[in-house]
Order: sequence, then structure tokens, then C-alpha cells
Amino acid sequence: MSEPMVRAAGVHKRYGSLEVLKGIDIEVMPGEVMCILGPSGSGKSTFLRCINHLEEINAGLLAVDGELVGYSMKGDVIHALHEDDIAKARESIGMVFQRFNLFPHMTALDNIALAPIKVKGVSKAEAREKAARLLTQVGLGDRGESYPAQLSGGQQQRVAIARALAMDPKLMLFDEPTSALDPELVGEVLKVMRDLASQGMTMIVVTHEIGFAKAVADTVVFMDDGVVVEAGAPAEVLDNPKQDRTKTFLRQVS
Amino acid sequence: MRPDDIKAVPVRHPLRWVGSAVTFVVAASLINSAVNNPRIQWGTVGDYLFDQRVLDGVFLTVELTIMCMVVGVFLGVLMAVLRLSPNPVLSGISWLYIWFFRGLPRLVLILFVFFISALYPEITVGVPFGGHAFLSFNANDLITAFIAGFVALSLSEGAYMAEIVRAGLISVDEGQTEAAQALGLSRIQTLRFVTLPQAMRVIVPPTGNETISMLKDTSLVSVIAVVDLLYAVQLIYAKNYKQIPLLVVGIIWYLALTSVLYVIQYYIERRFGRGGSRNLPPTPIQRLRALVSRSSSTRGEA
Ligand SMILES: Nc1ncnc2c1ncn2[C@@H]1O[C@H](COP(=O)(O)OP(=O)(O)O)[C@@H](O)[C@H]1O
Ligand SMILES: [Mg+2]
Repeated sequence: MSEPMVRAAGVHKRYGSLEVLKGIDIEVMPGEVMCILGPSGSGKSTFLRCINHLEEINAGLLAVDGELVGYSMKGDVIHALHEDDIAKARESIGMVFQRFNLFPHMTALDNIALAPIKVKGVSKAEAREKAARLLTQVGLGDRGESYPAQLSGGQQQRVAIARALAMDPKLMLFDEPTSALDPELVGEVLKVMRDLASQGMTMIVVTHEIGFAKAVADTVVFMDDGVVVEAGAPAEVLDNPKQDRTKTFLRQVS
Repeated sequence: MRPDDIKAVPVRHPLRWVGSAVTFVVAASLINSAVNNPRIQWGTVGDYLFDQRVLDGVFLTVELTIMCMVVGVFLGVLMAVLRLSPNPVLSGISWLYIWFFRGLPRLVLILFVFFISALYPEITVGVPFGGHAFLSFNANDLITAFIAGFVALSLSEGAYMAEIVRAGLISVDEGQTEAAQALGLSRIQTLRFVTLPQAMRVIVPPTGNETISMLKDTSLVSVIAVVDLLYAVQLIYAKNYKQIPLLVVGIIWYLALTSVLYVIQYYIERRFGRGGSRNLPPTPIQRLRALVSRSSSTRGEA
């Protein structure tokens, strides 16, 4: 039995007195795809940001590939991690944002090559060659010299996926990757994600695309108000939800 | 069949024409009164415009402006980064620096740094509080008038630039920092490769204004007898009493130098606008060329 890629046990997160995550328990095994659904404000983004060390958790245990997120254990004592170690841990976790967050002052190719060059110390030529390969993989082989403003939303999001893949992540986090897109552009992004899943990438995807979740997810998690309301195989959660909150939500999005 | 291109009659702006005409007449009469006023002594102006002493002053003014802006921008970036640091000691230091140097008139600062040699006749580098000294300078030798002016203006500029750079950094969308951090970039790398280049669009225009202000404020060093452009013409008219023509010489040089800065600023702004919009606006030269070729092509049709 292998280690889970992501293990959360009783994860709590507060902003001041506002408790956003109220004890999240999940496990994602290597190669699995987990889709997280839930109404706006339920804490989905916050949870993804915790996994990627963009937020500190207040209580509970959160580990990626067996390593604690943001902390280290020395004996029984928990130590906060130094900034550099956190940056190091983030290298192997890819993240894709709702609003793409491409660097607007760089071409698509430079967006993708930046982190491998600066963080991993890969040579410029090698990084750009790999960036070109990744662009081809996401169907944009000819747009390497375009700036983000010259690309459609769907194209920008595919570049953003390629940018995350350039660091050879062992885990990919997607935060509503298609929510900011015009409907006709959603498909091209989902296709790239589906290809990625079929290549065995471990993925956690926050999405409202029920069709994608049914087709690709190994596990579907329904979150509401900072807790996991229901989790299981897509057929259970999406076709036969047991909780009323899940039923209501699914009726609203479909 | 493809329809013909639309040939619309352009919108007319009669008031613009009236306004332009009035402006033209006023400007022409002002220029006329200046050009034909014998008391300005244009001949004397011409005699001194390229006088070696004046040229030396121009050179010093330019040199001092460049030096102060380079150091000022560097200090500004440093202080802005410290100010935004999560470390309260660092951001406190930056706050104090900005408070102090923005709070003082530049003239006061120049005089203070110049006369500080009286306060600290000996400048020593070594163990603090009276320990062993590694290096020791006589402040009177070290702080020449030029150095005093340079130090005072640079420190002052650093405080203004810090606020400009900070505003620029804050203007960059937080998602940019997040994306960079998610890729494993450190705080400094994020700043260097992601936030600062994007902040440039906000930083450059006011920095251009700062440079133009600095060019003019270097004239303050004339009070501590540094021979800049202003002091050079003052030295000359102190002897020949031709104040107005010599001040006109100074004015011409200051206007010429600031005009050069305007042009440089325009092109730098264009460069840092990259990626912000899909198309860069044409440069004035490109616009002129387009105008010439358009009018020649319509003439060809007629
Ligand atoms: N930086 C923050 N400071 C304070 N409250 C926050 C912050 N980020 C998110 N929240 C709050 O946490 C809750 C969950 O937010 P989020 O994780 O973005 O939800 P979701 O992604 O499910 O829509 C919301 O009520 C939001 O207002
Ligand atoms: Mg969200």
C-alpha cells in the first residue's frame, strides 16, 4: 500500500475569528483525480491554497507526499518552516488559477521557461526547448512568442497549465480553471486536463463541470461551509447524493 | 463582391480651430516682444551660450542629475522593498528614512550635509562606541561641496522614489505574486522577475518627472559654491553685470535639457508598456511618416 499524495486530517483554517475550514479529512492517492464541488465561499480555494503553502493551517495535519505542509516535526516538536523550504516544497506542486495569472510582460514561452531557469537552474536553451514541447502538448505549438494579452482565455489557461507542468510537479491543483472562460472555450481546457489525468497525473480539481467530474474523477468531494459534506465515487456523489445539501447544489449547477 | 471601404467625412471641430488661432496669436506676440526687446541683448546671449564656463556648468548639472537619480532610484527600490517586508524592523527602518528625508527641504539638507563636517570632523569606520578604528577620514577632505550636494540630493530622492516604487509594487495584481510563489520562486525572485517589471509601468512616468525635478533642483547646490549651470552663469554676471542675458543662457540650457528628458521618458514608457495592450501606439516619427505617406497617396488618387 503506497503513501497518499495528499493527506488531510482535521484541517482547520481561520481568518481572524472567521473559521473557513472546520476539519477537512481527505486522502488522494498517487495518480488519482479528485474533484471538489461546493457553493461559493465554502472554503474550496482556501483548502487548495493550504495544500500549496500559500496559507498556513491553524490545526490538524496536512501532508503532501509524506511531508508536512509548512511545518516540520523534530521529535514531538513542530517547527515552522523557513521561507526557502516552503518555496522548495512548492516547486513540486503545480497550481492553476481561475484567472490564469500569466505574467503579462512575458511571452508564452518565457512564462513557461521562467521557473525552470530561475528555480531549478536549468539552462535557457533547455528550458525553452521544453517549454516549446509543453506548448505543443497543450495545442499551442505556434503561439510561443505571443504575449498573454494576445491570447484568448482558453489559450491563456492552457499556457498556465503548461507553465505549471514545466516544473515536473507530482501534484496539480486546479482552482476553477474554466470558470472565467466563455462557454465555447471550456472544452479545450478540459481536454488538456483530461489528457493529463490519463497520463497518470495526481490532480485535485475544484470545478463546477459535472460532466468532467463524472468522466475523469476517481473521487468527488462535496464541500459546504468549511466541511466535507459528502465524498465518494462520482457515481455515488453525483448520481445518488445522500445529503440534502448535495442534492440542492447539484440541482442548481446542472 | 466586396463593398468599397467606407469614406466618411471626419467630424469637424470648429472650436479647436478658434482656440488654436487665439493661442497662436498670443504666443507669437509674446515671442515677438522677447525677440525684439533690445534689453535682453540676444547678441550677448549668443556670445555666452557656448562659453566654456557655461558648458562646464551644463556638464556638471547633467553629471549630478544622473548620479543622484541612479543612487536615488537604487535607494528607492531598496526602501520600497524594505517597507513591504514582513519583518517589522526592516519596514520600520524604511518608514523612518522616508519620514526624515521627505520631511526636509532639499536646500536645508544640502546645507546640513555640507556643514556636517563641523559636527563630525573625523569620520571613522570601526567598532562602534569608541572601539578600534579601521579607517578614519577628515570630514573636511571627504565632504567636498560636490559630494555634499550629491549625498543630500540622492538621499532626498531615495525617499520620494521609495514611495513611487512602493505604489508601483502595490499596483500589481496579487495573483501575480501567488502564481510566482506557486512555481517555487523566492520572495526576491518574485520581486525581480515578476512584480518589479510590471510595476515599471506605474513607476516610470513619475520617475521621469522626478528626473526633471532633479535636473532643476541641482541648481540648489549653487548655495554651497558648486559650479553647476546656475552658479556658472552667476559667476559670469557677477563680473559683467549682464544678469538677464546670462539668465536667459541658463534658461535655454535648462529647457534644452528637460526637452531631451521628455523624449527619453516617452520612449522608456513605450518600452515598459509592453504586454499591457495588444498594440503599441505609434511613435511621433511613425505618426509623421504615416501622415506624409497618407497625404501623398491621396494626392496620387486625385
Ligand atoms: N484572505 C482572507 N481573509 C479573510 N477571509 C477570507 C480570506 N480568503 C478567503 N476568505 C473567506 O473564506 C471563505 C472561503 O473562501 P474561499 O476558500 O475562497 O471559498 P470558495 O473557493 O469555496 O468559494 C469566504 O467566506 C471568504 O470570504
Ligand atoms: Mg474559490
